[in-house]
Amino acid sequence: MSRGLLIAVCTAIYIFLMLPLVVVFPISLSSAPYMQFPPPGFSTQWYDRYLEDPQWIDATLRSLYVGAATAVLALALGVPLAFALARGRFVGRGLVDRLALAPLIVPTIILSVGLYGLFAKLKLIGEWYGLVVAHTVLALPFVVLVMVAGLRDFDRALEQAAEGLGASRWRTLLRVTLPLLRPSLVSAGLLAFISSFDELVVALFLAGPNMTLPKKMFDNILMEIDPTIAAVSVIQILLVSIVLVLIGRFGRGLQGSAR
Amino acid sequence: MSSRSGWLPATPALVLLFAFFLLPVVRMLGFSLESGTLDWYAKALGEQLYLRVFWNTFEIAVFVTAVCLLLGYPLGFLIATTTPGWATLGFIFVLLPLWTSVLVRTYAWMVLLGRNGVFNRWLIDIGLISDPLPLLHNFTGVLIGMVHVLLPYMVLPIYGAVRRLDPALVAAAEGLGASSWRIFWRIYLPLTLPGIFAGSVIVFVLSLGFFITPALLGGGKVMMVAVLIEQEVRQTLNWPFASALSAVLLVLTLGVYALAQSSTRQEARP
Repeated sequence: MSRGLLIAVCTAIYIFLMLPLVVVFPISLSSAPYMQFPPPGFSTQWYDRYLEDPQWIDATLRSLYVGAATAVLALALGVPLAFALARGRFVGRGLVDRLALAPLIVPTIILSVGLYGLFAKLKLIGEWYGLVVAHTVLALPFVVLVMVAGLRDFDRALEQAAEGLGASRWRTLLRVTLPLLRPSLVSAGLLAFISSFDELVVALFLAGPNMTLPKKMFDNILMEIDPTIAAVSVIQILLVSIVLVLIGRFGRGLQGSAR
Repeated sequence: MSSRSGWLPATPALVLLFAFFLLPVVRMLGFSLESGTLDWYAKALGEQLYLRVFWNTFEIAVFVTAVCLLLGYPLGFLIATTTPGWATLGFIFVLLPLWTSVLVRTYAWMVLLGRNGVFNRWLIDIGLISDPLPLLHNFTGVLIGMVHVLLPYMVLPIYGAVRRLDPALVAAAEGLGASSWRIFWRIYLPLTLPGIFAGSVIVFVLSLGFFITPALLGGGKVMMVAVLIEQEVRQTLNWPFASALSAVLLVLTLGVYALAQSSTRQEARP
């Protein structure tokens, strides 16, 4: 009896979780000139408007390359950091561990305002690589969490075997360790990408006149509730779904990284 | 890479964290003390108006945490105790919203909760109400939006805690004739307390610094500290005051987190 009750309660909670993701689909295909639900008819006008507006396309492209660059930089810095944390024995390791995860806990608004002040002085406001550096700080904890979990489950006998057979440390790293860690690397890189692609607060302060997709969406939501946003939302939901499918297929399970 | 390499591989990341995380934050917090007095802190913590904002933030964080726990426990519990196939599906429906842009979700809630939104239309159509309910630009709207964003952070640790529980305990209790409610109160709840605690702490701490949801769903009527900081920097250009507000918010956030960390450490070590 109580199992049935539990399932009923959870179904309601799942509806609550999924409703906002589902509701944008019909609105994005509405023929009404303004927000109306249920939509009076079918039309692709809001997708056309998105695709024909150079500002939207420009913002989307910027978010894509900032996200890609963030993923690359976060992996380049985060993977060695994870190795040091998972395998190194050195003074202050606990402190480094806390520092690496601190961007998750410190309110993003505080980091944003701090970087805004610093970047204004360095004339980096509006520069895409400034945004990449800031997003990398925020993405680093995800990379560290996923990679440290991957390294913890790693069977070191395989490395010892390679070294025992005469492989150098670098050769072992490149031919044995990293290929075996590929699922973790894929997950870490894709999570870093999404975290940058969706990020608003830092971009609000640092992007200057150059829009990223979230910043453009924020401005549009503040100004009007135009169904173009619904079309953009659908595109974003589909993109994130594809990334999650990629993680599920080629990456290390997300449950593992959440522990 | 063996332990011989020590801290060396961590260096590039540490340089980044020092230059673009610690330095900007510490530098910005310094602005509040540039006058050589604590006047800006006196303003942040002394004036009724700003004290209210801190109180509001705290109150919202408490409510969000409570609602997330109420919804997150059954969900984490169900996913942890169902068959692997259903569990995967259950995870997808928790993780898909987690990785969907907060902006997309906030926009969707505006569509759902507005005066002419989906909910109000529907409730009027079925004749339950005659005037639209105020669901947006108030406490309710912010609460709904924030719970939606933070719920996954509660579900995951509770799921983990239920999974770690030894099923033999439950089987033994069932064998001895305990009712399912009794099993829940006497076995599941006490043994999953660490998960409940971990989830509550992370949800509470993240709530304190929330910006996007209160900025959009609060409609200027629900003021939280992060929204106030943004206004002080971008509209009023009052850097020293924004800096003092940030310092107080940071101390609160890290304080709650550190307190929680130290208490779990004492419990967890056998």
